[in-house]
Amino acid sequence: MAGAGGGNSDVQWCFSQVKGAIDDDVAEADIISTVEFNHSGELLATGDKGGRVVIFQQEPETKNQPQCRGEYNVYSTFQSHEPEFDYLKSLEIEEKINKIRWLPQKNAAQFLLSTNDKTIKLWKISERDKRPEGYNLKEEDGRYRDLNTVTTLRVPVFRPMDLMVEASPRRVFANAHTYHINSISVNSDCETYLSADDLRINLWNLEINDRSFNIVDIKPANMEELTEVITAAEFHPNQCNTFVYSSSKGTIRLCDMRASALCDQHAKQFEEPEDPNNRSFFSEIISSISDVKFSHSGRYMMTRDYLSVKIWDLNMESRPVETYQVHEYLRSKLCSLYENDCIFDKFECCWNGNDSVVMTGSYNNFFRMFDRGYRQDVTLEASRENSKPRSVLKPRKVSTGGKRKKDEISVDSLDFNKKILHTAWHPLDNIIAVATTNNLYIFQEKLN
Amino acid sequence: MISTMECGADAQNLISISLMKIHNSRTQRGGIKLHKNLLVSYVLRNARQVYIKEKYAEIYRMQQYEEVMTVCNEIQELDPLDLDAEDDEEHARTACCGEGASPCGSVCHRGAAQPAAHARTASAVFGCASLEEDTREPDPSYYRSCCMEASPAPHCDQLPASGSAHCNKTTVLDLDTHVVTTVENGYLHQDCCCDAPPLGQGAQTPAKKRKVEPGCYVSDVEEISDFTAARKRAKREDCSYHSLDYTDTSNISNLISIFGSGFSGLLSRQADLEQICSKQVLASLGAWTRAIVAF
Repeated sequence: MAGAGGGNSDVQWCFSQVKGAIDDDVAEADIISTVEFNHSGELLATGDKGGRVVIFQQEPETKNQPQCRGEYNVYSTFQSHEPEFDYLKSLEIEEKINKIRWLPQKNAAQFLLSTNDKTIKLWKISERDKRPEGYNLKEEDGRYRDLNTVTTLRVPVFRPMDLMVEASPRRVFANAHTYHINSISVNSDCETYLSADDLRINLWNLEINDRSFNIVDIKPANMEELTEVITAAEFHPNQCNTFVYSSSKGTIRLCDMRASALCDQHAKQFEEPEDPNNRSFFSEIISSISDVKFSHSGRYMMTRDYLSVKIWDLNMESRPVETYQVHEYLRSKLCSLYENDCIFDKFECCWNGNDSVVMTGSYNNFFRMFDRGYRQDVTLEASRENSKPRSVLKPRKVSTGGKRKKDEISVDSLDFNKKILHTAWHPLDNIIAVATTNNLYIFQEKLN
Repeated sequence: MISTMECGADAQNLISISLMKIHNSRTQRGGIKLHKNLLVSYVLRNARQVYIKEKYAEIYRMQQYEEVMTVCNEIQELDPLDLDAEDDEEHARTACCGEGASPCGSVCHRGAAQPAAHARTASAVFGCASLEEDTREPDPSYYRSCCMEASPAPHCDQLPASGSAHCNKTTVLDLDTHVVTTVENGYLHQDCCCDAPPLGQGAQTPAKKRKVEPGCYVSDVEEISDFTAARKRAKREDCSYHSLDYTDTSNISNLISIFGSGFSGLLSRQADLEQICSKQVLASLGAWTRAIVAF
């Protein structure tokens, strides 16, 4: 059964694979910026700062090793976005892939949406394993034959060839966002999707790329009165009329597109009052929500702010039903984290297949899992040192008090350059993909 | 109430760090990140609030506070319209409340409408600036002349009719060189003339009262600013100065113009008093220049 347990002693996580360069000198273009499984879990897509998309495919399980789920190998690599220059504003547009979202599969081909700051593209990834041979008028290399030499006719046939995976851009959705796109989300109707930037959310039809509808606009009439921006948005997993968007103020608004064309008036607003005892210079920063994800059931949603993960019941707006502290020991370090810009890191979060466990990243290449049922949590590390095949990951602990126990790491020893911002959980199995700066780690549940 | 004990966070240090971040964001690839700059502006606002509170706490302990209040009361009682022109008033008029392209107030904002508080603040600030500049001859008339110039109704009528003054000019006055640099941003005439008189009236809310005080005390207690700044300097690390070592006036103007596209958290109506003191903060931050930085 998928996703059962996670943080408790039932599930142990093993190293499976690591993708990416080994050397410590990280090329900026190789920095992974998004990770996403497709709906079956067979494909795993990553986007990087250089605008490339790399898709891994899971090998079918072999009879030789039934205990081990298939490995992920490179399936397709393509350049999704290139750097652009906005001449009007004299601004360079980064090619960094901010988000990838898979479309549900309808035929043999796979489709995904990838976006940078300004432009969304729909890519078709298709396989070609046959090619036609035996043309009458053409040679095998494509040159046209001299007609005088054609004395017989034959019917061209398809012959097998080495598998070739082609990625082709089918749609380009451009020029709809003034501000930086932070989210895209495919609707459950499989016809539309939304894209969100700092101040606006647009609704697109997947077939139509020259028009979009603006459904949320929080830009104030006077920009001087700006107090919050949109940080993430997502469609409900099964209600095609419902979506949520989170803000930098720590609020989540749920909107119903049936209510009106412009969803500035939210149907629900989820907000937890701030604890006045925790007020600091950085209260606004750490309350800014960096990610919002619906549970697969659609009953709950999860938000990630700088220090915590919160689970919200859609039926209760006043406060989250669960709150998990990711790295509370950083609360006293906020000043330093502000100076080195780490406080602006946008961590993502994800659910497991049956919504019983949630996962998010932290620093020092640590990532955390919270088991909602058993109320347990675990800290694991993605590092090359634990990268022997099928080696079990040992839980890590950060010591916060004065006395550091053996095997614990002190807060001051944490490497804040090693951060895990992007994680993904296989929709059906206990397989997780964890992105460090430029490496992708795949861990699997230890099967006996 | 913001806890200042966190990490030994120094409000002034945070202000300088935040300004540096905003400055650096201009040259980052991909353009200015709205979200990040908004968050930085919140930190700036919070640091400024704390700094103001600390500053006032210090001032309250000063013996000169009594004298300050006396001066304040005198100024408040004066009717700006009754003042005679003086030589330095001419200078002030030119520098302060000139029409058209002349630089005027000191609160800066790009583009659209601006809350009146900004103008109020800026005018008061400019009053401060003027007074500071005239430390050799602390002259309340300098400040008054600024208000006087702006007060005539026709003059005000020429301004964009709006409940809240539309500021579209930014002025940096370098008190050392008396160079005034203007960025086409906000101006404050309307609020300067409209709001200055009420400031002088009694029975004010604490906020209003505090608004007046800086304009009053600065001229006489510039040495206090220096004194407190010196004390602060002794405590603080040098890096907070070094972080502001880009001392060219042009760089400051750039900073202002960057920040001029700023956020309301800094310039809400309630925060005008803080704005005065943020300028005081920055004025006292270093002697590299005595420019009054307007946000």
